[in-house]
Formats: sequence, structure tokens, C-alpha cells
Amino acid sequence: MASYGKLTRHQSRTAYLFITPTMLLFLVFTVVPVVMASYLSFTNYDVLSRMKWVGLENYRRLADDSLYWTTFKNVAYYTIVFVPLNILLSLGLALLLNYRRPGVRLFRTFSYMPTLTSAVAAATVWVWLLHPEYGLVNTLLGYAGVTGPAWLAQTETAMMSIILVTLWQSIGSNMIIYIAGLQGVPDYLYESAKLDGATAIDRFRYITWPQLRPTTFLVSTMSIIGALQLFDQAFVLTQGGPGNVTKTPVYLIYQQGFNQLQMGYASAQAFVLAVAILIFSMINMRMNKSEEPVV
Amino acid sequence: MSSKPAAAIGPRTGFRSPGVRGSRASLTVVFYVVAGFVSAAMFIPFFWSLITSLKPDDEIFSMPIRWLPSRLTLEHYRNAFTTVPFGLYFWNSLVLAVAGVVANLFFGSLSGYAFAKLPFRMNKPLFRVLLAAMMIPGIVTMIPSFYVLKHFPFIGGNDWYGAGGNGLLNTFWGIILPGASGSFAVFFMRQFFLTLPSDMMEMARIEGCREFRIFWNVYLPLTKPALATLGIFTFQAGWNSFLWPMIVLNDPNKATIQMGLQAFSYNHQTDFGPMMAGALIAVLPILVLFLFLQKYFVQGIAFSGIKG
Repeated sequence: MASYGKLTRHQSRTAYLFITPTMLLFLVFTVVPVVMASYLSFTNYDVLSRMKWVGLENYRRLADDSLYWTTFKNVAYYTIVFVPLNILLSLGLALLLNYRRPGVRLFRTFSYMPTLTSAVAAATVWVWLLHPEYGLVNTLLGYAGVTGPAWLAQTETAMMSIILVTLWQSIGSNMIIYIAGLQGVPDYLYESAKLDGATAIDRFRYITWPQLRPTTFLVSTMSIIGALQLFDQAFVLTQGGPGNVTKTPVYLIYQQGFNQLQMGYASAQAFVLAVAILIFSMINMRMNKSEEPVV
Repeated sequence: MSSKPAAAIGPRTGFRSPGVRGSRASLTVVFYVVAGFVSAAMFIPFFWSLITSLKPDDEIFSMPIRWLPSRLTLEHYRNAFTTVPFGLYFWNSLVLAVAGVVANLFFGSLSGYAFAKLPFRMNKPLFRVLLAAMMIPGIVTMIPSFYVLKHFPFIGGNDWYGAGGNGLLNTFWGIILPGASGSFAVFFMRQFFLTLPSDMMEMARIEGCREFRIFWNVYLPLTKPALATLGIFTFQAGWNSFLWPMIVLNDPNKATIQMGLQAFSYNHQTDFGPMMAGALIAVLPILVLFLFLQKYFVQGIAFSGIKG
């Protein structure tokens, strides 16, 4: 038994050695920053001068910062439209492309391709596609007799354009997640439902949707967290304009912190955004848990 | 659910009305119409940017639009590479992305192996902490991470207290180190090591094999599919990242391709030909990877769905 204990001790020493690099990096680049995140928000850190504790000053300033609340409103609007559409479209596409028909793999590949693009490249291409005069989108609309708007330059359509581009980029991977989920639903459930004469809609309502709840929870959580931190597309497509309607909190935090170097204040903004992300995620968790699974 | 007549012979045939076969056929038509339409909508941006990048300048702004150019030209690509150092940006991004892949594969599998296969007291608690950290939104750590990089002791002209210089700012390390051993990599590799049997370990120990050799020579070779999947995703994340490199790197010679593309499209707002050329160059490496390693992409995405 003594040698057994020695072996385990040797193994545990090896284990600590193996995880040391990861834990050190985790300490320096996650634990320390998380602890500092709230601390910095109570200071006037600006990189150049000495950091001073200013108490609740940053939060007081934040409460009256109408631009900050505007960005919040923008990103909330974005999230409320984007997340349900994202789930609806990727689930719909997954249901469609889950059929075993010749050519289905090609269709899946085409749907997946946009998720490979970087946000910057995608936004660059869409600036051209959404060009008011020479853009492809308005040309195609023109074929249908519709005069397309100046998508990125009008306050009514700017955020819609960002929603469009981000949907184009994210549906593909969520579709794959949903297809994996669909293939995990046991066949006998459908078989017996059919024997009982359940229609296709019934089968979706009472089997597919409840069985996919974990998948939907994952997809919605990830897209909420991503949506509330929207930056790249807003930065490249519209530069936050026109008239700040597409400016997002992360965009503002970036400008405040790294262009104007008001990092203490930017930290307070980031902290409030993190709390908002937490609240949205909790609401989402509630909504996904509220219905008891039928099967 | 095949539509062959043979499949219709079965206990359920009795439920079907004579119109069933007809509705099956029309369902197939609906399937191809909808799937074709969606695929076209997804693919058209690629097609159109490629066409635009190969069109002569005067045809880009022609009304009505020309679907196919009268002649193909590479002038926009030449233009993109000569107006800004796209080649350099491409190289910088490649270095950063590859370094991220190597670091994550090595550290991720090393600690993933430890968490999956080796007994130690802090195994569960430490792993749970890593897992919980995956839920922290990036915006929380953005500014403090900048602070940590800037005030890194003894580096970049800094003294013991991390004052005086710029630390790791404006270096590639400032991008590589914070992401060098992502929690996701550890989690992903741990899950894979868990599926491998432990008796190989016992055997190797009886043979007198050292612990690192067991990991490196016995277990790691078995994880090649997982390493491929993780490598692809890490590469994609590194190659496509934009905000953090933009924060850390000030020197134009260290800019990544995403930063270069953004600056280009901001400064040359009507040069759509070179812009499309640049965008395609920025997407090309991932597309090539996808072309050759498609199944690993799909496996990786499906994994992230299963863990939920």
C-alpha cells in the first residue's frame, strides 16, 4: 500500500506540473483582470497620470451619460430582434437540411460558408452589397420594382442592416448545432407519434421542440452574450452612425477607454454592461426552464 | 424516410391516402426550391465580391449591373497589395494565429490530460473554476487585461513595479499570451481524454515509462482528430480577431490583416475593387482550411452543441 500512495503522490505532482502553465496564464490574464475590473471602475485611471480612488464618481457620471444609455437602447433593440430571428432561422434551416436528399450536403456547405468569414471582411463586402446606387441588394430589389433605401446611411435601416449581416454570418454554425441536436432525438418517439396519428406540426410541438431545449438554451445563451457585445460589424459597417443609432456599448467603451484614455470611466461602463449581460442571460435561463419537458 | 415505393410496404401503408405519393413529390420540389434559394442567398456575397474584385474599374459602377465582366483583371489585387502592405499584414496574422494554435494545442492537451487522467486533490475545484470562467464576457477583462499588459514587470522598459515602460503592449506577446491556454481548449481536450481508456497508462507505468512520455507518446497521438478540430477553431478565432489586436498593437508594421482591411476600407471608401480583393484575401486561409478539413469543422460545431 505504501508504494501505491507513493505512486499517487507522484502522479499528483505530475498533474500539478502539467496544469501549471495554464493556471499561471489563467491567474494573470483572467483572475487578476476580473478582480481589477471592479476596482478600476472606482478610479480615474487614464494610463498617463497617477491612479486615484474616486469612489462612486464614475457611476454618478454614468447615470447622467445619455450617450451611454442610447448605446444600451441600441444594443437591446439589436438583441431583441437578432436573437429570436437567429434561433428561428437556424432551426428552420436545420429542419430543412436534416432531410436525407441528394445534394443536401452541398446546401449545408453553402449555408455554413458565411460563418467562416471574419466580421471585418463580411462587413466590408456588405458595405458594397448594400451600396445605395450600385449595390447588388438594391439592384435585385429594383428588379422587383422596389426602390431600396440607403441601407447604412438612413437611421431607419442602419441597425436592420447590421442585423442582416450578423444573421448571415451566424445562422450556419447554429444550423449545424441544431442538426446535431435533431439527430440526437430518438426515432421511436416519432414512430410512435405517427402511429398515434400525430400531424407534422404536433410532432414538432410535442417532440422536436422539447427535445431540443438544451440546444436552444445553448444557442440562445451564446447569441445573447455575443449580441450584447456587438462591436466589429458596427465599427466597420456604419462607424456607429448615422447619428449614433448603431453605436454599441462596447464601441463606446473602446472609444472612451482607448481613444480618450478615460479607462476608469470606461471600466464603470464595462461593469454595467456585464451586469446587463448577466440579467439577460438569467431571463433567458428562466424562459428556457419555464416549460417542463413533455417527454 | 425514403420516398422509394418499397419503403411504403409496411404496417403504416394503411394510413396513407392515395394522394400521399403526389404530396411526397411536391414536398421534394419545395425542399429543393427553399434550400436552393437559401443557399443562393448565403453564397451570393462570395460570388459578388469575387466578381467585383476581378472586374475592370469602369464595369464596377455600370448601370445596369453586369453579372459577368467583359474581361478579368488582377489589377485590384495588385492595387490592394501596393497601396497598403497587405502581404505584411497577412504574415503578421499568420504568425499570431499559428502561435495561438500551437500554444493552445500544447497547453490545452497537457492540462486537459491532467484533469482527465491524473488524480490530484484540486482536480475538480480547479476545473470548475476554469469552466465557470468561460461564462465571463470578454468586455469585463478588456480594460484590466490592457492594464496587466502595460504594467508587466521587467518587460518593455518596466521596473519591478511595472512602471516606466509599455510592458507587453505593442508586442505580439500581448496577443498570444492572454489566449495561450484558453479554458475552452482545456475543456475540449479533457472531454476527449476522458473517452480514452486508462489501462494503457497502467501498462506504460509497469513498463517504467515516465509520466510525460505516457502523455506525449501514448495518449497524445490518439487525440489527433480532437487536435485537428481544436486547431482549426483556434486558428479561425485568431485569424478573425479584430478588437483586441487593435487595442494592443499601435505600430502599423505589426497590424493584422483584419486591422489592415478595416483601415483600407475606411480610407478608400469608394475603391470597391481593391476592397473586395482585400476582403477575399482576408477570408481565403479559412476557406482553404475548410475545403480540406470540412469534417473537423462540423465535428467541432456539433461538439459545442452536445456540451450544452
